[in-house]
This record gives sequence, structure tokens and C-alpha cells, in this order.
Amino acid sequence: MSQYRFAVNVLPKPGILDPQGRAVEGSLGHLGVEGVSGVRVGRRVELSVEAGSEADARATVERLARELFSNPLIEAFEIERIDVPVEAGR
Amino acid sequence: MSVRIGVVVFPGSNCDRDTLRGLELAGAEAVPLWHEQGSLDGVAAVVLPGGFAYGDYLRAGVIARFSPVMRAVSAFAGEGGLVLGICNGFQVLAEAGLVPGALLRNRGLRFLGRDVRISAERLDTPFTSLVGDGRPLRMPIAHGEGCFFADETTLGELEREGRVLFRYVDASGRRAGEAADPANPNGSLQAIAGVLNARGNVAGLMPHPERAADRLLGSDDGLPILRSLVEAASRAARYGVDAASDRAPVAVGA
Repeated sequence: MSQYRFAVNVLPKPGILDPQGRAVEGSLGHLGVEGVSGVRVGRRVELSVEAGSEADARATVERLARELFSNPLIEAFEIERIDVPVEAGR
Repeated sequence: MSVRIGVVVFPGSNCDRDTLRGLELAGAEAVPLWHEQGSLDGVAAVVLPGGFAYGDYLRAGVIARFSPVMRAVSAFAGEGGLVLGICNGFQVLAEAGLVPGALLRNRGLRFLGRDVRISAERLDTPFTSLVGDGRPLRMPIAHGEGCFFADETTLGELEREGRVLFRYVDASGRRAGEAADPANPNGSLQAIAGVLNARGNVAGLMPHPERAADRLLGSDDGLPILRSLVEAASRAARYGVDAASDRAPVAVGA
């Protein structure tokens, strides 16, 4: 068994109203920044999974991403493999 | 003997006592159901109250969805048992897939605590049989994520099948618009404030009938909703779940 670490990035689906993204975008003028558009605000979940293979670990993460971290009606997710941090790596 | 109705208590529920009290005013024996229990203690109906179950972490309602009591609630609903979700309870039902759609962040981004008006689109359900007519009902909302969303196919289905249970309206009873209409507080699509599942035994709504269950609270417009549920639950307890979803008798004065 090895430990694999992933990040799951969850974003509102295209076309779904994203008032947070819109508010952030609206505030950019106050910072004197121009030319920025398409701001979407989502969330990122990082986790370590102990499994026999990366594929098995990824399958677990996919299930969690689908059932817990995202709501498929309104959100899309991407899974990213990241480095195991020292304290979790042992 | 009054019918027993359970009110689920999640860590972070904060309307459970109001809901227990509201159900008692409506004539039920209301009992709390702890989120860690896997059985519903034989109640005739279940209400998921408002609050911030599990802190609303990740998304409102999603962590509550996986609690032991929700497994029991899903099974109960699957057998035709009556379930009503109010506010956060509606969010839990939507996350659990027991009612269609999702509740998004309010269009104006702010948490809103104020009175709104809704009207019942259906008067023949276990949740509205005693509402009497489609007049505007005044009761509070208190939510940050109440903007009802469903894809176009689902919205079409809901409208066609008469599963829009409540809509936001203005004081005159006119249906609220979607955006920039103060009568639609959160920007809900088609001004939807409450929906039914396909079988008609599970409903969710964002406004709080239990906070408008006594004149002392400024309005008792919510009481007929709770009384409808109590009445349907009594029938279900006596004659089985199919009786609850039968067309309810026409309300007195309707």
C-alpha cells in the first residue's frame, strides 16, 4: 500500500450563476486592475489516500468528488495529483 | 390521540425547537430525532428543520445527507413516508436527491432574514391541503443559499407535473420575477420557493412556516402548512402511507 495525495478543484459549471465570482470581478476596479474577466470562485479539497495503486486511489477520490465535494447539478470538478507532504508521507 | 411527528436535530440545527412547537400548535405530538440515530422511532412524518447542519461546511446540507438519520429518512421517503424540509432542511433534501434541484447562493450574495410572501400552487397535497386558497402567505426567510436552481429539463418537468409547491409572490399575489424583484428575495428560478418530489410525499421550502405559526410572531400564515402535514400524517398513521398522498378533502372555507 502506498499513499497518494490529490487535490480536487470544484468550480461552478459554465452557465451557472456565480454571484461570488461576479462580486470579486466587480471589486477589481477598486484595485485599479483592468482587463480581468471570467472570474469564477470555487473550492479546493486536498486529501491523501492509501491504496494499492494510483488508479485505485484515484477511483476513491473520484467517488468522493462526485458524491461529496461537488454537486453534479451545479458544479464540475477536476482531480489533480500532488506531492505527499512530509508529515503525511512518513 | 395526536399523531407523532419527528423533527430531526443535526449539530447546527437551530429551528428544531420552533418546529417542535409549531407542530404541537398544529395538533401533533412532536418528538426530536437525533442525527446519529438510525431509526425514526415509528413517527408518522418527519420534518427536517432550519439551521446550519454540520456548519454548512462544504455545501449547505451535504454533510447532513450522509448522517445515519438521513439513511432512515431516505428509506422512509422511499416507502411513501411524509417528509418536509424547511430552509436548511430543504437544502439537505436537495443534496440527498429526495427533491429535485439545488439551492445556490442568494443572487444578492447576502444572508437575508426578513418576511416574504409565498403562495401555494397546489392545494391538494399533504403539505397544503388546509391552506385553503392561493392567497399570499407571509412568513420569514433566513438564508444565504436559497436561490432555487434546476436545469431546463427539470424545470419543465416540475411545471408540467405540478410539482412547484410554492412560489414567491408580492403582497397582491402577483408571481415574482426572477431578478431584481424584491418579491423574489434570492433570485430563485421561476420564483420557486418550494417543490415536491415525483411521488408527492416529500416537499421542501425555503421560508419558515414554523416562525409564522402564532399571531404573537406577527403572522400565523405558516400554521395551515403545518396543520396540513399533521392531518396527512394522521391519515397515514391510520390508513397507511397511500392515504396521506390521496387527494385531501377540500378545506373548510375553501
